[in-house]
Order: sequence, then C-alpha cells, then structure tokens
Amino acid sequence: MPPKGRIAVNEMYCKGCELCVNACPQHVIALAADRITAKGYHPAALVKEGCTGCAICSVVCPEAAITVWREAVRRVPA
Amino acid sequence: MVMSDIQEEVVYQRPVSLENTVTHYCPGCTHGTAHRLVAEVLDEMGIREKTIGVASVGCSVFAYNYINTDFVQAPHGRAPAMATGVKRVMPDRFVFTYQGDGDMASIGMGEIVAAAARGENITVIFINNTNYGMTGGQMAPTTLPGQKTTSSPTGRDVEVQGYPVRAVELLSTLDGASYAVRRSLHDPKNIRMAKKAIRTAFEVQARGLGFSVVELLSICPTNWGMTPDQALNWLEQHMIPYYPIGDFKVHEAIANLRF
Amino acid sequence: MARELWKGNNAIAEAAVRAGLQAYFGYPITPQTELLEYLSWRMPELGRAFVQAESELGAVNMVYGAACTGARVMSSSSSPGVSLMMEGLSYLAGTELPAVLVDVMRGGPGLGNIAPAQGDYNQIVHGGGHGDYNMLVLAPSSVQEAVDLTYISFDLAEKYRVVTVVLLDGSIGQMMEPAEMPEMRPVRRLPEEAPEWAVTGAMGRQRRVLSSIYLQPPEEEEANLRILKRWQQVIANEVRCKTYYMEDARFAVVGFGSAGRVALSAVRAARAEGIPVGLVRPITLNPFPEKILQQYAGQVESMLVVEMSAGQMLEDVRRVVQGRVPVELCARLGGIMPLPDEVLDAIRSLARGEATLEGHPRDRWLQRMSLLY
Repeated sequence: MPPKGRIAVNEMYCKGCELCVNACPQHVIALAADRITAKGYHPAALVKEGCTGCAICSVVCPEAAITVWREAVRRVPA
Repeated sequence: MVMSDIQEEVVYQRPVSLENTVTHYCPGCTHGTAHRLVAEVLDEMGIREKTIGVASVGCSVFAYNYINTDFVQAPHGRAPAMATGVKRVMPDRFVFTYQGDGDMASIGMGEIVAAAARGENITVIFINNTNYGMTGGQMAPTTLPGQKTTSSPTGRDVEVQGYPVRAVELLSTLDGASYAVRRSLHDPKNIRMAKKAIRTAFEVQARGLGFSVVELLSICPTNWGMTPDQALNWLEQHMIPYYPIGDFKVHEAIANLRF
Repeated sequence: MARELWKGNNAIAEAAVRAGLQAYFGYPITPQTELLEYLSWRMPELGRAFVQAESELGAVNMVYGAACTGARVMSSSSSPGVSLMMEGLSYLAGTELPAVLVDVMRGGPGLGNIAPAQGDYNQIVHGGGHGDYNMLVLAPSSVQEAVDLTYISFDLAEKYRVVTVVLLDGSIGQMMEPAEMPEMRPVRRLPEEAPEWAVTGAMGRQRRVLSSIYLQPPEEEEANLRILKRWQQVIANEVRCKTYYMEDARFAVVGFGSAGRVALSAVRAARAEGIPVGLVRPITLNPFPEKILQQYAGQVESMLVVEMSAGQMLEDVRRVVQGRVPVELCARLGGIMPLPDEVLDAIRSLARGEATLEGHPRDRWLQRMSLLY
C-alpha cells in the first residue's frame, strides 16, 4: 500500500501558478475554482485522495507555500 | 513482540531562512524557487546568522525582503564589488550575491570577472531568464538568437546585436574560480540538482576555496508571454541546448562532497 | 612624536592608518598612486584589508560594502577616477554610510593631465552624483594639515553618517614637507564594536538591511529630509576656515588648498607694499564658511578669489557676498598653478579700486587670459 500523505497550501503565498498541479505524480492537486486568495488567485489545493507525501509539489513551488506531511510507520518494541 | 505506530511527520515546510513575506514575483516565476533553495541551504548548514546577502538590481532587487539574513543592496552590476568589501572586513561571514543576467552579465561584467579572477571567497547565485524582467522584458546578454523581446521585437539578430554570453563557462576559465556550474529550475529533478549545487557553492566558501558561482536557468512567464508551464517547456527545449547544464569548474577539494 | 619628512600622499595614508583604517580599496591613478602603493604594504603588515580594485567603480563599491559593516574604510583617487566613483558616492549618501575619500585633483576635463588643479570643486562640493546629498569636504593646504584633516575625517564621517572627502591637488599629494604623525588608534573590533545600524550577520538579533531604495515617494522624501537634517548639524558645528591678516584688512583674498597657499605669499608681499589685504582660506568647502565671508563682506572694499579652476568657488563666494562688494577672479587652469606675482598683481588692482560690481568677474578674467594665448 502506498504511503499516505497530505499537503497544506498557505493561501497567503500561493499565486495559483499551477506548477504543483502539473508536477504532482498522483494528480491530486488542482486550483480551487470556488475561491480566490487575498491577491486574487485561485489557490492550489489537495482535491482527491491519493497523496503519498512525496513532496514534489513543494520542490517546484516558487513561493514555498506548501507544507507536506507523510505517515510514517515506526516499529515500537513493546 | 513489535507494535507498529503510525505517526505523521513533516516532509517539507517553509525554511526558516525565508521571510514570512509574500514575494512581488509573478506567478510561476522561478526567482521564488531560487530564493527558496538558498534559504534551504542556509537552514541545512545552520549559517543564517552568519550570512550577509548582497541584492542586485532587477527583479531580484527585493531579495533582501525575502531571504531572512542581513542584507545590503548594491548598485546595478556592482554586487560582486560590494560583496568583496563586506567579505574582506568580515572574512568569517558567508557572503553571497544574487544577480540576474542583465545585472551580472551585462552592466556588471567587469565586477564579476574581476571578483572571480581575484578568487574572492564569495558565492554568486546567477539567474538566467534571457531577458530584463524588471524593466519589462528587454533583450539581455543571455537572450537567445532569434528570441523576441521588447527591444529585439523581430528577434535577436546576431549580425546586429551580437551573440548571447555563456557566463559560467567564461568565469570557469579563471583560475580564481573554484566552482562554476549551471543548473536549471524547470523540473523537480533539476531543482534538486540546483539545490545541491548551491550547497556545494557555500561549502566552497566555508572551506575558503575562493569564488563560486551557480547559474540557474529560469523562466519569465510574464515577459515571455507564456503560462508558467509553457515557459518551463520553452526553457527545456530552447535554453538548455544553448546553455548546457553541467559543471565547468569544480575544485578537487569539493569534488567528492555528497549531500 | 618627532617631525619627519613626508610625501603628501604617503602622509595621508599613514594618518588614515593611525585613525584606525580597517579597509582600503583603490585603483592606481596619478597623482594619487603613492597613497595606494603605501597602503599595499602597510595594511597587510597590520593585518588589515587592502584590495587593488579593477576600477574606481569597483573600488567605491567595495568601500560601499565594507562601510555597511561599520568598518573604517577609505578609498583615494584623482579627478577622472573620482568621476567614475560618483555612482557609489550617491549610493553611500543614500544609504547614510560613513566613509572617507581622498581626491588628489589633476587637470581636466577628460583625461586632462597629471598636474595639480582644483577642477573637482563642483563635482565634490556640489555633488557629482544624482540626488540631494552633501559630502563633508576638507581642503588641506600643507602636508601637516592633510595629516590632521585625514585623521579626523573618519570621526566626522561617522558622527554625521556622511562621506568625508579630503580634497587636495596634486602638488600637496606630491610635495615633501615635515609633518608630525598623530598617535596610533586601535582598530574597531567587528562585529562587537559595530554601530547599531551595521550589517554584520544577524547573530542573535533582528536582521538588518542597508539599502538606498525607498519605493514609496513619501518614504523617500522622509529619508531625504532625515539626511538633510543631519547635514544641518554639520553646517552648525563643522565649518572650518583659517584667516590671515584679516583684522584690519580692506581687501580680502579667498582661496583654498594650494591656491590659498600661493595667495598667502602674495598677501604677505602686498602687505610689505602697504596694501591692507588679508586671506580667507576655507578648510571646509562643504559646509562653506558663509558666515565668515558675510562678515568680511561688511568689512572689506572688494574680494579676490584665487583658484585653480575657472571660477567654480567664485560662484559660491558671489552667492554668499550677494553683491555687497565686488568679487574678482584670479585663476589658472589645466594643471597650472598661479604664481604669487600674478596674485599680487590682482591684489594691486583691487587696491587701485579697479574691482567692480559691473558685469561678471569671469568675463574680465577671460579677457586678461586672452593676452596669454
């Protein structure tokens, strides 16, 4: 099973350039057509299940607007 | 017995060395990417408080608003001279310039060549987007043959306007240069390579090995009249053939550094 | 310390070292070059920074960078090189940074020649760079005075956050005279002793940015006013001027630097002839000794400006005197120093009552000069 991840886009920084949308290997990011940011852009958002937390979106993001988390399985000796 | 515990961990977050400020750059502009990579490197090396940036003139004139270090602002093209002044009185500080192609390869060609020839122990981040972005997309020393700009409206005619400058290759011929490489910001793999190059350049400075420069092929969607995605494709198809990605000078002392 | 024989350029260099100079950036140009040569061994000997820059443009921007750290920093050049520095001088002023520049003037315009002249008066005193700014200008007329003024030039620059220019002509740079050196001061430790505005790396403090950009016009206007208010303090506190035989004078000669020195010989000769003439020698050219000249405008019958430029300082004297008394001009150009006899002749003319408020003194001077060429 692929790892599960999630992203949060800081809409103060996001300018809707779509670089993350195009770079996402899982195709789970899209611009949110239903809202605009204070600067007037449709912000990027996670719109589907399937994020693996690969962080490629954050690598291409020119605004450092994306925070990425991934679930990690840690083995804990009982 | 072993229990598994699922925990969420942060894979990526905004670097501390980046100010919490919205940039003035256009959507998709890779200046932001380059700033972010510099900030990530400063975070990784833990040198934010020991670093002094030298901003230039052009779109990156406001780099001092975004990179969270002490900063000075140079006249157009003079950043390497100003960086020399800072570094010579504070040799234990990391000093870097952040310059565009008009700034470094046109009006500042004298200062950059002299700084490299002196082996000045500074790091230069050089943004090549083939035009003068701030003033509205005029022909730059890096504008490709045939490329249309607002001051070469029928395309750069090399018979009249001369040929583009391959700046890092030129600088790499100087003995004072210890690290001169070109990277590109057009896809995730190349962005990762660019970050490693920036890290290496600062490691060169940390070791006192002399002049280091990283050229970053960048996009200017607004002045190129393209979407950011189209601009990335244009960079890959047109810029890389003229400006090959590669290492033109790598000092042996850092040749085997791995990050 | 004993008096020793010093060449002007070397003496200025040593005085700067003793004032705590931490970094020097320069470029060779006659008749200033000995200053750079001297510091090329003296600074490294003391573990201080010396760079021979690629150009005066490079040098002034290295000064700009080093000044940002709060270091005591200096450059030196001569007229054509100083022209090239104007960009950086404007930026230093716009960023409110202290620095010292030594300008050992030569003949111009253009490449001119390497002989002594004072043709940089306007570009230094009235600002050759863009924008509203002032530089504090000190004009020595001997090697000892050059030493003394260089020694205090850093304190003045730092007190008012301005560029201080030590402005002399090639003859003072090249001549040898006995001079006594001041004591060696310790250099400032950086970043520990850096001023509160300096950029030294944001170690355990808020980061700082030094820039001359104020994108919003009201901010730019405010910055300009702040700079000008500081300059008002310079005007109030720092005017320096030396007068000779002025107590009972009915005629005044005004001249600075070497021209002032030649004029002093002429004034003494005129006194020997019984002409009641004195000399006003401005030491600060900016701020200009306006009050002193205004005061003498109420005492003397006429004035004579002696300079090695085509009446550049003349216009400042005329502006200050405001037509209360005639002001005549005695000038030589292009690397020629006026002879004491020429100045004496001009003083005799004043004594004969030939000075006039009619027309412009430069016209009469040009007419006299047309006899030479």
